[in-house]
Parts: sequence; C-alpha cells; structure tokens
Amino acid sequence: MKILTGNDLGSGAVTWWNGKGWSLFVDDAVDVGEDADEILARETAARRVNVPYAIEASIDAAGHVRPAHIKDRVRALGPTVRRDLAVPTAGKTGWDWVI
Amino acid sequence: MYQYDQYDQAMVDARVEEFRDQARRRLEGKLTEDQFKPLRLMNGLYLQLHAYMLRVAIPYGTLNARQMEALADIADKYDRGYGHFTTRQNIQYNWIKLDDAADALADLAKVEMHAIQTSGNCIRNISSDHFAGAAHDEVADPRPYAELLRQWSSFHPEFTYLPRKFKIAVIAAEKDRAAMRLHDIGIRILKNDAGEIGAQFYAGGGMGRTPMIAPLIRDFVPLDQLITYAEACLRVYNRYGRRDNKYKARIKILVHELGAAEYTRQVEEEFAHMLSAGVEPPREELARIAAYFNDPAFVDGPKTIDRSDPDFALWVDRNTHRHKHDAYVSAVISLKPVGGIPGDATSDQMRLVAKLARDYSFDELRVMHTQNLLLPHVRIADLPALWAALDAAGLGSPNMDTIEDIIACPGLDYCSLANARSIPLAQRITERFAANGRTGELGELKLKISGCINACGHHHAGHIGILGVDKKGTENYQLSLGGSEAEDVSLAKITGPGFDEDGVIAAVETVTDVYLGARQDGERFLDTYRRIGMEPFKEALYG
Ligand code: SF4
Repeated sequence: MKILTGNDLGSGAVTWWNGKGWSLFVDDAVDVGEDADEILARETAARRVNVPYAIEASIDAAGHVRPAHIKDRVRALGPTVRRDLAVPTAGKTGWDWVI
Repeated sequence: MYQYDQYDQAMVDARVEEFRDQARRRLEGKLTEDQFKPLRLMNGLYLQLHAYMLRVAIPYGTLNARQMEALADIADKYDRGYGHFTTRQNIQYNWIKLDDAADALADLAKVEMHAIQTSGNCIRNISSDHFAGAAHDEVADPRPYAELLRQWSSFHPEFTYLPRKFKIAVIAAEKDRAAMRLHDIGIRILKNDAGEIGAQFYAGGGMGRTPMIAPLIRDFVPLDQLITYAEACLRVYNRYGRRDNKYKARIKILVHELGAAEYTRQVEEEFAHMLSAGVEPPREELARIAAYFNDPAFVDGPKTIDRSDPDFALWVDRNTHRHKHDAYVSAVISLKPVGGIPGDATSDQMRLVAKLARDYSFDELRVMHTQNLLLPHVRIADLPALWAALDAAGLGSPNMDTIEDIIACPGLDYCSLANARSIPLAQRITERFAANGRTGELGELKLKISGCINACGHHHAGHIGILGVDKKGTENYQLSLGGSEAEDVSLAKITGPGFDEDGVIAAVETVTDVYLGARQDGERFLDTYRRIGMEPFKEALYG
C-alpha cells in the first residue's frame, strides 16, 4: 500500500495522511493508491505539513500499518533509545518491527 | 572568558528578530519550505526525523555557569528536558517547535549565545583544545586566536556562501586534542626558534565521504598576519572550490586535486596581495580579546591526593588531566554512563555541572569534542568533593579515552541523513565491556561510531571505527581499525565485509582479543595495530 507522511509545520512532529487530514499515529494512515500525487500537490500547496511524501507500507500480522523502510518505522514510533519519548499510542503498534 | 561588546550583542539581537519575522511568515503560509529552509538553517534549525532540531554554537567549547543554566532552562522550556553535546563542541535540542524557536534564540541571546553559522556553507563554529588555558603543555591559550577568527568569520560577507561548509580548529600544543588535522583548516599556535609566537597552518583535512589528513601549508605565520593568511586560504577555496558537485566541494578535494604545493602557491600569492589590502585587525584588538582569557586567580594548595578510596583513585587516574598550575587539575565529566546515550545530559545534570563550575572551577566549563564536559581549573584539594557530587548524579564514570568513552553520533534514532542507528551500538558495547571487566585492561582505546558516511561520529579517526550503512533496507555496520585524530593522526582502514548489529558487537570483542593476545609492554591498541597490521585482525574476524 502507499501512504503519505510529512512533518507538521509548527511542531515538526511526524504526521500521516488519514484521508481527511494529518494524524500523529501511523495506524491511522490510509492507502492513497493512485491519488498520492494529487493529494501531495494539494497538501504541499496548503503548507500545513513540511515536504510530505509517499512511501510504501504494508499491514502486519497484527493488523498494524508498517512502513517499508526502517527510517519511516523509526519516524513512526520515536527514537528507539528513548522509548519514554515514543509517540503516545506507539504501544499499540509494538516495537518489534522497528528493526 | 570573552564577553560580548555592543556590536556582538546588537548583531545577535537583530538576528533573533529577523528570524522571528521569518518564522512567523512561514507559519502563516507566506513562505514555502523551499524559501524558508535556507533561512532556518542559517539559524541552526534543522528538520530531523521526529521534529525540528536546534544546534547552538558553543565557541571553542567554552561557556560559563550562567550559560549552562540557560541551556538547561531551554531544554525544560522548549524541549524535553535534555540536550545532546556534539563532536563539534556544540549542543543540539531534538524537539524544538517552530513556534518556539525564536523565543529559544532570544533566551540564548540574553546569555551571549546563538545558533548562527551552525549550518550552511559558511565558516562554522571554531573548535579548540578542550584543555585550552589550563593545559601544562600549551605555548599559549589558543582561545583568543579562536575568538579573533570567530569575530572575523561571523557574517563575513565574502564567506557566507562558500562551495561547502568550512570548519576551523585552533590548538596551541604539540598534543592534538581537537582533531586539528581533520579540519578544513587546522591552526597550531607555536613558538619559533626566536621565541616568537605564530601560527602553523594546515589545510584540506576532513572526514566525511572522502577522509583526508590536512597537509602543512605554512609552518609559521606571524600573529599580526593570522587573519590575512586565513582570508587568503578561504579566498583561494572560494574561487576554485567546486560548486558543481556537492561531494567534491570541500576544500580537501581542491587541495588534493591541485596538490598541496600548488594550493599553497596560490594562497601565498593571494596572501602577498592581501597584505597590502589591510584586512588584518589592529594588534590592540587581539590584546583586547586576550584580556578576557587571563588566568583566574589560582592559589597554592595541596598537590597530593588521598587515594584510599579505590573508586575515587580510579576516577582521578582516568578523568583528570595535568594542569599548568601544580595545585590544580582539569576534570572530565563523563557523559558516557554504561548503557547511556553518549553526549546526552538532562537539564538537572546541566544545572549541577553549572553549580560545580561555580564552586570548583572559576565559573568555567568546556564541552569536549568527545561529547563529555570538563571543569578546566579544579583545585586538587577539591577533587574528593567534586567526585562525590558527580558520582551521585551519574556523572562520575571513570572512563575517559577507554572503550566505554565511545563517540556516537545521533544516527538513525534522530538524524534524517542516517543509514543506521549508532546509539544502541554504543550502549550495548559499553554494557558488554563493563560486564566482562576488560575496560581497564584494554587501556586507551577510542571507539567511534557514525550512522552514515558524513562521519559526525569520527569513525575514520577511531582506533576502532564503526560506520552504519544501508544494506537493502537493513542496518549494517562496517568495522575499521587504526584511525587516530591526535598528533599521530591516521585514517582507519576497513576490515572487510560488514556485520549486523550483533555481529559488529561480537567483532569489536574479537578485535580486542587479538590486541590483548599480541600486545607488547606498554602498547596501546593503536600501537599494536600499527606494529602487527590488519592481517591478524582479519584472520580472527573472517578467517
Ligand atoms: S554521521 Fe550521518 S547519521 Fe550521524 S549525525 Fe552525522 S549525518 Fe547524521
């Protein structure tokens, strides 16, 4: 599946396109399929999110959204060495797939 | 230490207000990210994996207690209660909001600090020997010269858009504690045979993708021509450094491609021309700056240490350094607890260190390029009380220059350029060696880890270096041996195929086994490696 991500303009926080707006939680990301370019163009023009981009992802065995690249998995959850600073609901996705 | 004059303060204050307006326009959607990015980078504001990151300059690594407290306050007020001290003697905050960035810069300006020239293709923060002004072996305090260079390079209109970033280090001892020859320009202050103080210039060093050791280009520049010579070096680079290819744009490539002799010839020609242009600041300006770096009022005191507590004695042996006054030492405050994140300090730890600087070190602190902190002037009589306070706060690890004193860049846990994580390796290696009890036996062993080829973790200069690479979307680590950033500078060589995380940790242990088996009396790891070469290590790793 193809999902969209970027960083919030004001806070810099990692965000994911949930079909209507930008969510902090990777599990809210929706498959944008063929619409990726159109949404990216629109959202870039709206300037709410810094340089949004499309990435590949899959649904893991537990039903969670799993970005294909390790960099986006780290972005989804927060620094692996500071789990106390993890994205608040990261627990529902689990840490095991970071690496 | 140096204090801002009205010009310094006015420049920094004006920059804060300019940035406040730029950030406001970005937040209102009046600037695109493409338009805003170069503006925020000029003020040290990066966008990393999880958030904006603010890099604050600490000129030549020197700061006072009030400044350290301000850094702690910024960590609490605008970030998440901690900061990361870097290999360029700076501090980085990982969670700054764009809405708050101008306020954070305004708070910095109140204590004569800023984030200017911590990014972009300009002359970056000048680094120096962390023992400057305290070391027993320096010919002069290098910081007045570093400060003169800082003032010259701040907002220098000709050098604001260089082909690439430009880093300068200044030292004043035979011992190199600032990786001087791995900088774009390395300057050693020294005395000539006539007893005059001048500067030796090295140019074209660097780490990164193409590591190079800077060759000597001038063995004595009189002090009243220091800026003129630096300007000549920069002018030749600015004119001929490549702008067509980012990976070939650093001065090291220019010096390498022209050859050191031809680059030097061009610099000398430019220098001769510049001498008549009168760019050198008047001698009184150097004298004015130097007056800020006069010695504090040292007093005599005990010179011996009660070593009855073995933990304290170990810390003294490892973490203190001989001072120019024999009743004092410089004391290293380790930011490398076993299993910890190298270079990270909480706001409480920063405040404690500030207090200790006031109580025991004439209000002076240093940031070391090894990602530790330092109290430069501690009375030997005060060491027990200092150590007790540090130990209670988790800052008393006795590990300077040991395998537990690992340099690790932020890597893939924070950095958007990273291929692999660095910090977990450092954590696991320190845990492994603390558990197997070999740290002391191994002696001086500098292990350095970078999460990508940019080499912020100085892996090329590690006795043991580790570089994170991306192997088909998974983290992989290249091991290298034999680097040094000291006066015996050398570049590490890759051992062979890379390893996964578990594999590289085991490989480090294997390499230390080979060393312990082969070393002769008094040899450091690096000495043994240089004597026996790569083969025995390769054999043990891959044989
Ligand atoms: S070496 Fe690479 S991964 Fe590490 S901090 Fe520098 S740019 Fe980031």
